[in-house]
Amino acid sequence: MSDALKELGAEIAAKRPEQVVSHAVTHGELTVEIRAVALPDFIEFLKADPSCRFSTLIDITAVDWPEREARFDVVYHLLSMYQNHRIRVKCPVSEGDLMPSVTGVHATAMWFEREVFDMFGIIFTDHPDMRRILTDYGFRGHPLRKDFPTTGYTEVRYDEVEKRVVYEPVSLVQEYRQFDFMSPWEGAQYVLPGDEKGEAKE
Amino acid sequence: MMDGENGLGGALPGEQKIRNFNLNFGPQHPAAHGVLRLVLELDGEIVERADPHIGLLHRGTEKLMESRTYLQNIPYFDRLDYVAPMNQEHAFCLAIEKLTGTEVPRRASLIRVLYSEIGRILNHLLNTTSLALDVGALTPPLWGYEEREKLMGFYDRACGARLHANYFRPGGVHQDLPPDLLDDIEAWCDSFPKVLNDIDNLITENRVFKQRTVDIGIVTEDEIQQWGMTGVMVRGSGFAWDLRRAQPYECYDEFEFDIPVGTNGDSYDRNNCRIAEMHESVRIMRQAIDKLRAPEGQGDVLSRGKIAPPKRGEMKTSMEALIHHFKLYTEGFHVPAGEIYAAVEAPKGEFGVYLVADGTNRPYRCKIRAPGYSHLQALTHIAKGHQLADVAALVGTIDIVFGEIDR
Repeated sequence: MSDALKELGAEIAAKRPEQVVSHAVTHGELTVEIRAVALPDFIEFLKADPSCRFSTLIDITAVDWPEREARFDVVYHLLSMYQNHRIRVKCPVSEGDLMPSVTGVHATAMWFEREVFDMFGIIFTDHPDMRRILTDYGFRGHPLRKDFPTTGYTEVRYDEVEKRVVYEPVSLVQEYRQFDFMSPWEGAQYVLPGDEKGEAKE
Repeated sequence: MMDGENGLGGALPGEQKIRNFNLNFGPQHPAAHGVLRLVLELDGEIVERADPHIGLLHRGTEKLMESRTYLQNIPYFDRLDYVAPMNQEHAFCLAIEKLTGTEVPRRASLIRVLYSEIGRILNHLLNTTSLALDVGALTPPLWGYEEREKLMGFYDRACGARLHANYFRPGGVHQDLPPDLLDDIEAWCDSFPKVLNDIDNLITENRVFKQRTVDIGIVTEDEIQQWGMTGVMVRGSGFAWDLRRAQPYECYDEFEFDIPVGTNGDSYDRNNCRIAEMHESVRIMRQAIDKLRAPEGQGDVLSRGKIAPPKRGEMKTSMEALIHHFKLYTEGFHVPAGEIYAAVEAPKGEFGVYLVADGTNRPYRCKIRAPGYSHLQALTHIAKGHQLADVAALVGTIDIVFGEIDR
């Protein structure tokens, strides 16, 4: 399986040299990184090419890497029911950059792109219906960004006086607890209490 | 009048200004299968446009998972498609096992197959019978729930919970099955086909049911590809696509089963597919029970390594085992950095988990690919041109559960 995927990756890279940045097979999965501008054309090619025939768009999502210059990776998963193989297409994109939409190639991209917009704030051009999808009507912010707090900014409750649901800023009795269970020998990014004395001696 | 004159002296009657009627279907409609809000644009009784508004059950599962350890995240998967909980856990466990390179012991693998098939029957029983309810039959759900109740009893006896199992763990399953459970499941496998045939007879040849489902919501090959459909939505249209056969995971490759397919791709065929799949699932369950009884099927149910707890007895005598147990349930295990996509053939279609690990004890990003998400999206396309009453039948037949769509 892996060898066949390696060959496929090399074939794709050979056919589209100016679009493919890199390709690799890890854990038996083929990942191709491409430039964002070439995206719809590349997905179209994957769908039409007889040795690829990636006819089903399984999923679109993004991963947030705040410390990177190109902050987001937009990730496409495609499946071929005819050739029985899968591919992952990755596109690095900076914050504020526009992504070309692939709704023209796969109709199912509609909701997936709306979700990526909702969760990460990446805007897709040429999308027919760029609305939020999963979050509340009138929601602000993009929850799956790493700098968005897990508790959010607003909370809702039913107000007995006003007889309706009201939105209020989140008030927490105590700080949201992010447990740090990382081993102090491996993961700690801080000086443990008492350790500073040991260094002072030398 | 026969010459086309309307008798109003050339003036246009007021009724000629026809506008489409907008209708809110749900979120509290019993046939919406949860919290679906459908904004329907109707021309008379014909649906012109259906705009599903989802997210009313959004709980931010993916965000929550990023601040919890891998073991703490498994219960979230039960709450996605709560009709067949263990099938979801399965995908997540497979993803972790692929990244860590863990081998699952044979007995655990067989138990997983057995319980995945129980999950499939749980799902299909609910779906076929509630589809019948959507089109007006009250008896089938009552019959279906009786069998579901027994299956949930088997869930209960394996893991202690009827619904939110948390039973599949990375590296195997949490506990071995109690000794007499296999006998009881086998006895159920003997009695169930008769009940299923009764339900089948009640629904399939019913005149009203046929009128409401035959030629409703036909899905073609092109639409399958366009809308990213998987599972029964594909098989109902005559394509034998099943991940258990096409890309075998676990030990499905050693089981004998057929993939039922439809011919027309309409609601009726999909329903027949589900009923036939239940018969196949019983067949797989019988084989799994036989394999579990064979000498090769004995042994441990967890690969005792870094990612699984030590045996209870060992903890009483070994200090290392005790430390390992403590560290596993507080810090959790670390998954090497990398990314993986693991998919299973869940009852509703392809359920996938895209996991990005950064080498810590928590997932960096976990995307849950729910089959119902694509299918509900296609509803706009499928429902177009159908009657308003057919929308309820369509929502039933594409098999949606909001736990997994809204996440």
